[in-house]
Amino acid sequence: MQPTRTEGPDYYHKVVDCQWACPAHTPVPEYIRLIADGRYDDAYMINWKSNVFPGVLGRTCDRPCEPACRRGRVEEEPVAICRLKRVAADNKTDVGPLMPPVAAKRNGKRVALVGAGPASLTVARDLAPLGYELVLFDGEPRSGGMIRSQIPRFRLPEEVIDEEVGYVTRLGGVELRLGHRIESLKGLLSEGFDAVFVGSGAPRGRDLDIPGRKEAAANVHVGIDWLSSVSFGHIEKIGRRVIVLGGGNTAMDCCRTSRRLGGQEVKVVVRSGFEEMKASPWEKEDAIHEDIPILNYRVPKAFTHENGRLTGVTFEIVRAEFDDKGRRNLVPSGEPDEHHECDDVLVAVGQENAFPWIERDIGLDFDRWDMPEVNPVTFESTRKGVFFGGDAAFGPKNIIWAVAHGHDAAVSIHRHCMGGDVHDRPPPGFSLVSQKMGIHEWSYDNDISLELRHRVPMLDKAEALKNVRVEVELGFDSRLGFAEAQRCLNCDVQTVFADNLCIECDACVDICPVDCITFTDDGEEADLRGRLKAPALNLDQDLLVSGALATGRVMVKDEDVCLHCGLCAERCPTGAWDMQRFTLEMTHADQMGGAA
Amino acid sequence: MTYIAKPKLHHPALAPNGLGYLRRDYEGSVSTLCAGCGHDSISAAIIQAAYELDLPPHRVAKLSGIGCSSKTPDYFLGNSHGFNTVHGRMPSVLTGANLANRELIYLGVSGDGDSASIGLGQFAHAIRRGVNMTYIVENNGVYGLTKGQFSATSDRGSKSKKGVVNHDAAIDMVSLALQLGASFVARSFSGDKAQLVPLIKAALRHPGPAFIDTLSPCVQFNNHAGSTKSYDYVREHNEAVNRLDVIADRKPIEVDYEPGTTVSVTQHDGSVLSLHKLADHYDPTDRIAAMAYLAQRQAAGEIVTGLLYVDPEPGDLHGALGTTDRPLNSLSDAELVPGQAALDRINAGLR
Repeated sequence: MQPTRTEGPDYYHKVVDCQWACPAHTPVPEYIRLIADGRYDDAYMINWKSNVFPGVLGRTCDRPCEPACRRGRVEEEPVAICRLKRVAADNKTDVGPLMPPVAAKRNGKRVALVGAGPASLTVARDLAPLGYELVLFDGEPRSGGMIRSQIPRFRLPEEVIDEEVGYVTRLGGVELRLGHRIESLKGLLSEGFDAVFVGSGAPRGRDLDIPGRKEAAANVHVGIDWLSSVSFGHIEKIGRRVIVLGGGNTAMDCCRTSRRLGGQEVKVVVRSGFEEMKASPWEKEDAIHEDIPILNYRVPKAFTHENGRLTGVTFEIVRAEFDDKGRRNLVPSGEPDEHHECDDVLVAVGQENAFPWIERDIGLDFDRWDMPEVNPVTFESTRKGVFFGGDAAFGPKNIIWAVAHGHDAAVSIHRHCMGGDVHDRPPPGFSLVSQKMGIHEWSYDNDISLELRHRVPMLDKAEALKNVRVEVELGFDSRLGFAEAQRCLNCDVQTVFADNLCIECDACVDICPVDCITFTDDGEEADLRGRLKAPALNLDQDLLVSGALATGRVMVKDEDVCLHCGLCAERCPTGAWDMQRFTLEMTHADQMGGAA
Repeated sequence: MTYIAKPKLHHPALAPNGLGYLRRDYEGSVSTLCAGCGHDSISAAIIQAAYELDLPPHRVAKLSGIGCSSKTPDYFLGNSHGFNTVHGRMPSVLTGANLANRELIYLGVSGDGDSASIGLGQFAHAIRRGVNMTYIVENNGVYGLTKGQFSATSDRGSKSKKGVVNHDAAIDMVSLALQLGASFVARSFSGDKAQLVPLIKAALRHPGPAFIDTLSPCVQFNNHAGSTKSYDYVREHNEAVNRLDVIADRKPIEVDYEPGTTVSVTQHDGSVLSLHKLADHYDPTDRIAAMAYLAQRQAAGEIVTGLLYVDPEPGDLHGALGTTDRPLNSLSDAELVPGQAALDRINAGLR
């Protein structure tokens, strides 16, 4: 096969599984090394630059990085990346002086940001240092969007939100107009902004239109609205017996919140199987830990009621059947319906976008699902100068995706305001720097810890269930944080191979603890994968293939389970192997300078 | 030397052998030899062979002398018995150990200095006595520990790293071993594990003196142009006479070569050495022909490798001496001190 092309940023970026999987491409191994080194401020700032909300995300992120983590393929569990981020946030000192300075002069451009959630705040973060005037509108009285309204306080304390929203609003040129809901985009456009960014989220909770819904309305609540009311202090208790319908993370938040507001018999009932639930595994675990049973394969049929009061829910019991295309269908199991008594029901069966405030005659096209047509690269709508991001762009996702959208949209807005082409986007920068300090000396700690994943200490359950505003996770202390950080394999320290220096002595093959290097006759990829020292069966992971060596053979390295221990380079007599740290510089508007 | 400990984590697909051990369990400590040393590849080949043969590590004794090669037993089979002897004296210590306990598997590891210079006499006598062992010489043709002088196996006319030409004749250990009666003689190359691992496996199962001369380039002092033991030179001049598969007891033999090109040699323990012929008419059971062939090819500048000679019916020292068939440490006092009556009988027999 062709020698692997490693010239651009992508090949080595992909080797850093966590960073590649992160929508914002946070340099995870880099900040983990800083945490291990006790440099919490620096670790925090690296995060802040990439994902804007390290303290929030360190508690609530969907962590796409962790299923991707290489550690999970060489032992049982991935590095606790998300909770390490929190270690940086918890232990930092005053990072105020490390924040970008307020722009020396305004650039005269005004941008309206609809919604004061993670997407809009990211746009503001990227544009404020360039001198933009940014006006954030939000219908709620407090900023933060879903971070504040939907995520319960026992998972994310108020102070953390205030602090991290504050870092953005203090960048200069940022004006918050809270309690100011935008009712007409046409009207907003007429106010003469240079660009408009819509980051209004997916604010409408899906309802369940089944018999009894109207009659039992007083005790049937839409999940996200109910969570929001709890967050803002409008609701302080719930019935003794609660049924939560739905299997996503909102359902998990609903049931755990119920347990703290007087719900003693709280259960989650979900249509799908337990395994296919949308909720993250750790959120399900946390719910179960709080004595909340999760019943699966039950489709709600009707709310039962008596004298205008909810008495329970009737469920049809189903089972999963898969057709020849592998699609799942839920079919009746034939078992008799089940009736579960309860005092309140929380409906958490999904969220939807809603744009009643966007006029359909302003050149902003909507598709057949009534979603705005948004360019997935530039985030621009069909109307020039109007951009979308976060859940408002492509439907409900999560905070880290909203941040990633915000960064990309900010690049477009900057281009647009400076009269440039929004499609003209600088590629990310990258560098590879040798970590060799001297003979047998490397500038990273390659002695890999064999400890298994550490559990995050939790508040005693009885204490935690008493108060909806007391944080339940205590977070790693610095000692546990260090121990967990040592589990990171430093995947950003890359094994870089120079064909012309190799003498084919086999030293690297012999020393590699995970058998990822093979010298063999060349062949097509599928064939090569099968005849390596350890067959390379994980097709998601690339092979690093050299050009022909002196014997005509090639060097093939399977990236899959490489520990990045550096022993190949350490035992290489000619320096054909080197350990080089890969650094990716994402394109953010604030790094692009003032001009278009 | 390397200071990083080799991580214990291993490839998830690594399979346990018949004893439940992973290949990693047959490793020793991390090598302190120079990076790129051929000896490290031989250690890796020994690890692979022991793993594939399901050897119980505690039934193996590894013995060595002095030198780079003789350090290597520290780097493999970390759970086996080991003995670093005096320079050149490994063969006699191994012989003694073997006489005391015939049930262990003996692996002697030595180098060209240890076996062809100071220990040449020891080497010769252990072989001619027929000690049941695997004797591996890690042959780099240079005194690496003392910074690059010619050794007794350096070829006449080859050049040192400094450019000096060697004027002494080389000792060919393979020819010596053949002449002295080794019942298994092979030569291989550290850079060719496909060849080396089966040879080590076959030697470990051979019930007699098995000798493997393994060319093992010294990256530091003997890997330059003008050397005849460099990676490049050995690769260019390597003439393998056969390819070996070791087939353990009673497993079906999978023949994937053309009929007529394979010779099978069944050993005493039931294992089969299946040899795929690369050189026409080469018969690895004909000792005289092997010696002649070697001399011929050597004169033509080739390095002949492969299984050069194997005696399907080897004898060993214990057989020749008629010793007890149990290890000495398992003999009871009653057996060791047979009493006055037995002594009287012996004395009477000598009158």
